[in-house]
Amino acid sequence: MSDRLTVRKTYKLYLGGAFPRSESGRTYEVRDAKGHFLANAAWASRKDARDAVVAARGAFATWSAATAYNRGQVLYRVAEVMEGRAAQFVEEVAAGEGISSSKARAEVDAAIDRWVWYAGWTDKLAAVLGSTNPVAGPYFGFSLPEPTGVVAVLAPQRSSLLGLVSVLAPVLAGGNTAVVVSSRDRPLPAITLGEVLATSDLPAGVVALLTGDAAEIGPWLAEHADVDAIDLAGAPAPLAMELERSAAGTVKRVLRAPAEEPDWTADPGLSRLRPFLETKSVWHPMGV
Amino acid sequence: MTQLFEYAPAPESRSIVDIRPSYGLFVDGEFTDGTGAPLKTVNPATEEVLSEVATGSDEDVDRAVRAARRAYARVWGPMRPADRGKYLFRIARLLQERAREFAVLETLDNGKPIRESRDVDVPLAAAHFFYHAGWADKLEHAGLGPAPRPLGVAGQVIPWNFPLLMLAWKVAPALAAGNTVVLKPAETTPLTALLFAEVCRQADLPPGVVNIVPGAGATGRAVISHPDVDKVAFTGSTEVGRSIARAVAGTSKRLTLELGGKAANIVFDDAPVDQAVEGIVRGIFFNQGHVCCAGSRLLVQESVHDDVVAALQRRIGTLRVGDPMDKNTDLGAINSAEQLSRIRELTAFGETEGATCWQPEGELPGRGWWFKPTVFTDVSPAHRIARDEVFGPVLSVMTFRTPDEAVAKANNTTYGLSAGIWSEKGSRILSVTSKLRAGVVWANTFNEFDPTSPFGGYKQSGYGREGGRQGLAAYLEASH
Repeated sequence: MSDRLTVRKTYKLYLGGAFPRSESGRTYEVRDAKGHFLANAAWASRKDARDAVVAARGAFATWSAATAYNRGQVLYRVAEVMEGRAAQFVEEVAAGEGISSSKARAEVDAAIDRWVWYAGWTDKLAAVLGSTNPVAGPYFGFSLPEPTGVVAVLAPQRSSLLGLVSVLAPVLAGGNTAVVVSSRDRPLPAITLGEVLATSDLPAGVVALLTGDAAEIGPWLAEHADVDAIDLAGAPAPLAMELERSAAGTVKRVLRAPAEEPDWTADPGLSRLRPFLETKSVWHPMGV
Repeated sequence: MTQLFEYAPAPESRSIVDIRPSYGLFVDGEFTDGTGAPLKTVNPATEEVLSEVATGSDEDVDRAVRAARRAYARVWGPMRPADRGKYLFRIARLLQERAREFAVLETLDNGKPIRESRDVDVPLAAAHFFYHAGWADKLEHAGLGPAPRPLGVAGQVIPWNFPLLMLAWKVAPALAAGNTVVLKPAETTPLTALLFAEVCRQADLPPGVVNIVPGAGATGRAVISHPDVDKVAFTGSTEVGRSIARAVAGTSKRLTLELGGKAANIVFDDAPVDQAVEGIVRGIFFNQGHVCCAGSRLLVQESVHDDVVAALQRRIGTLRVGDPMDKNTDLGAINSAEQLSRIRELTAFGETEGATCWQPEGELPGRGWWFKPTVFTDVSPAHRIARDEVFGPVLSVMTFRTPDEAVAKANNTTYGLSAGIWSEKGSRILSVTSKLRAGVVWANTFNEFDPTSPFGGYKQSGYGREGGRQGLAAYLEASH
């Protein structure tokens, strides 16, 4: 063992491509599964959430207009950089979730593989979900999937990395931008993921990772007029119902959470891509 | 204005349809009494009462849902998919056979021109059943996994603007996917849904598969909030859509909403003006503008604004407003006194906020509810007539200079149902199309519909699609 004193990391928010502290100046203690102090994380406020929405809306035009190939490459790059930081993820997941290093390693591996899987979806969605429409008239008609817009994601509370990746990657693969509220008690992998995103050619603002309490920030996101959809994965049942009701005021797309946090290793299919995609149908006359 | 040759009246005969003095609810394959207060349905062109229709109370709705559940569990769910398809084919054929009857009844109850009910509403309704009939035994190819499952009982609430067509958009995919339905037609237009109930009987559709419970808002609330309804589908106003989304929050009910719109119809300077004018007229005056995807905001490139508006006014001067049963009529009656007062209220805002109102010459009929085709120029994007859905024959004209400005103005709305583009330049059409946040984009055409083409909104125009393979997802649980 070296007697060198380690340089600890300050865990801040990932917002607009930068790593600011919460504008509120608030932090909270993050402890491992045994109750030992790990770090002071930034405790995001509603103002942080609003700033994140502004950044996400600003980034939407660029990200949604990027070619599917380009989005796929950027997302694949995320997986590459995650691989390089695997040891740090393993340490954070093991400490936060109270599991062994080998189990944590399996979670991290699955998270990286999940990211690769979604990276490969970007340029298949139009073929799988789109169509040409054989309308009964002299028109050429086609339908294609397009991103819904800015998606608020309440990340799972238990699975701090695989769960987070499983809800975030599909939102991005479809061309949406995301404002994510991390697991409250296990936020550290989210910020390390932010460091990965910041170094993966993902345009600034496409993702915001806010550490803090979904119960505090969720209501502001659910009623925000510039948020188009909300994923309630990390909201407990009473909160989820309140947020869904609130989201109705602006006709947001709502992805409900199952009663129990699911097994994130299961094949998700299209179940997390479809809810954040719109279908646009286009008509044009045919004639000479 | 050039004086036109007068047309001789060409009224369609109403003798083909036999309107009963009163109608019951259609529950479990039978017409039964309703315990809600009966409503009188009125011909909006004459204010004549057409019939008295029973309405559904909470108990009636419960009875209908139980019938639908029984039919789902015992008959329709277990049925061979090909047989479900055959029933739908039968219904499609029966609608075609009785098309004239449906068209006349629709026009009498709704006020829309017979030309539209005859050429659009009824044929498209039949086409929706024919299209979905074919899906019934091919659902494993719908892209929802190898064994998608129906959801159960669908509670469906539809509007008054396309009564039979909206029924078809709701009932056909629900049944094809193996669900059973409880449908509430609109308060002011229940008659074609009740005639459809007779079609279900003629098709020998098993009792309980389709239940029709007329009524007003309270009946609709009972349908969507019934605990044994698995799926809610609604077409109507954004305001009611929000309240429905609130009502199903926290339940396991699946929801699709098709709500309001404020579509931009964008005319570039290279567009052929005469074709564009036809499209503008079709976009806003089709069905008296009672169309959620109506092209109610005309965005004209500044350099051609005066030419387009002049040509548009000339064309509107030739539109015939009046007896919906006359085959030459272009604009029929406004569906209800309530809707007429809403149109008047919003157009009054147009003038007080500083826009310029133009209407053609001509007398409106003395009885019934009417509104002249109306064009507002000098409209600013902040005006209420540029933001609020009028749901009537009222067009707001604005201008733009560059394609980017056109896109920005078109997207400057909380709605996102449809849009139109007029240009001869293909690359421009495709570029603008890709930037418009709207679920349907018509390029060099407007207000086209087809069962193979998914229809539905972005943003606060709702979610979910109707039609096409994509529309089936609203009525199936994916199996992957």
